[in-house]
Amino acid sequence: MTFLEVKNLSVKFPDFKALEGISFSAEEGKITAIIGPNGAGKTVLFRALLGVLPYEGEIIWHKKPTLGYVPQRLEFDRTFPLTVKELLLLKTKWPNFWLPKESALKEVVNSLNHTRAGHLLDKRVGKLSGGELQRVLIAYAIFGQSDFLLFDEPLSGIDIEGEMTIYGLIKHLAKELNLTVLFISHDLNIVSEYADSVICLNKKLFCSGVPEKILTPEQLKALYGAPITFYLHKHEEPVKHHHS
Amino acid sequence: MTVFPSFIFQMISPTVFFVGVVVALSASLLGVFVVGRRMALISDALSHVALPGLAAGLLLGFDPFLGALAVLFFSVLIISSIERQGILSFETLVGIFFTAALAIGLLIIPEEHLLESLFGDIAKIGYLEILETALLGFLILFFIVFFFREFSKITFSSDLAWGEGLNVNRLNLAFLLLLALSVAMGIKIIGALLMGALIILPASAAKNAAGSLKGLTLLSIIFGLISVFVGLFLAGAFQLPPGPMVVMVSAAIFGLSLFVRKA
Repeated sequence: MTFLEVKNLSVKFPDFKALEGISFSAEEGKITAIIGPNGAGKTVLFRALLGVLPYEGEIIWHKKPTLGYVPQRLEFDRTFPLTVKELLLLKTKWPNFWLPKESALKEVVNSLNHTRAGHLLDKRVGKLSGGELQRVLIAYAIFGQSDFLLFDEPLSGIDIEGEMTIYGLIKHLAKELNLTVLFISHDLNIVSEYADSVICLNKKLFCSGVPEKILTPEQLKALYGAPITFYLHKHEEPVKHHHS
Repeated sequence: MTVFPSFIFQMISPTVFFVGVVVALSASLLGVFVVGRRMALISDALSHVALPGLAAGLLLGFDPFLGALAVLFFSVLIISSIERQGILSFETLVGIFFTAALAIGLLIIPEEHLLESLFGDIAKIGYLEILETALLGFLILFFIVFFFREFSKITFSSDLAWGEGLNVNRLNLAFLLLLALSVAMGIKIIGALLMGALIILPASAAKNAAGSLKGLTLLSIIFGLISVFVGLFLAGAFQLPPGPMVVMVSAAIFGLSLFVRKA
């Protein structure tokens, strides 16, 4: 079933066009990757979907979405004494922040457990490591029965637990919770490994379809304007970069 | 009413008590976000912006409080709209506005009112001021409580806030207006110059001592209330001006908080 349908979407800023006539759809329960060069309008597309940017064209949700969003690089004040529990409770109705109901607390723990972050409940967000923060942010995104997740380029390098990468976790959660996922990525290995379908964007829609069809040298050259050497390694673990 | 010795009540009348509670509550609650967002000097700067409005009121014979309120309100609107053009930073604009406003204020304010405008005098407040303080105070408290989650999210990370569809620009403007209102409210009580201190000090002390946002908020409120009451009491007992005394107590609490730092 189609969850999201975007028809002829354009976003214009005073001095330039960020997106021009984009059309695509996202299937329920599937993971769709968005690829494209820098400045292609990927984040702009997210902002339009989140309803914080004015746009022309149509964004049709075939059922009412509960959106969860994980930003690209979360800039925040590490000295602000917010705890992980409090962060998630900020998403609930306001008395819960001060006097959380049993049910609300249970849901907080449940979300954190889904991303293997249950033990971080009372930790301050400013004191989390990179991998812990990623897990907490994903828990925050799925908290409140989210059914449609937007990931703005999750850091590919972070192993969240042993060998499982953040993408492995996303894929696992999508299946377990029947989430529809849209993620932005630069890493074509990751896209081929984890995405059910791919959208290539460079202000206009260049191509869309299953990774095997999209990630061909010809398509990529058209998208990036230069030959991209890329080989599908179907059964290998994607290359990991360690940033820690 | 036997908890406190009666002489305290002679020095702190019920009206002063009430006004003190309202001012302390709104200032210390706003302070949580002011300090969290590292915009401490902005509340201070805004307090100077109020001066020309006060002066105009005193000169032309209308309520100086309304003058201050109007000047603050329009300054915040103008600063925000220039900021959105993206050429000058918010801090720069506030800096320009506050120095210009201070200059205008000092030029036109009648000299005999200068000290009172700068440092306030809670002992001299009348029923009109009490009414104004109550109205503004409840307005500020209502907005802060109602938008607590939104302000918390923006304070923590504006990236996350807009990702949830919050209108960050509009909420930022609302926050600045609340800050301007609280400055106007505090003028009569502890004075334009010192209101900024009552916003920043209790929250800063609380931030040193708190391990959670809930703790930060509750401690900030407690420190704010203690500052106002102990400050007023000491001012009454030693015949000193109340505004500076309130700030001194607040600063002392901050000093003590340095010893229990958690951050």
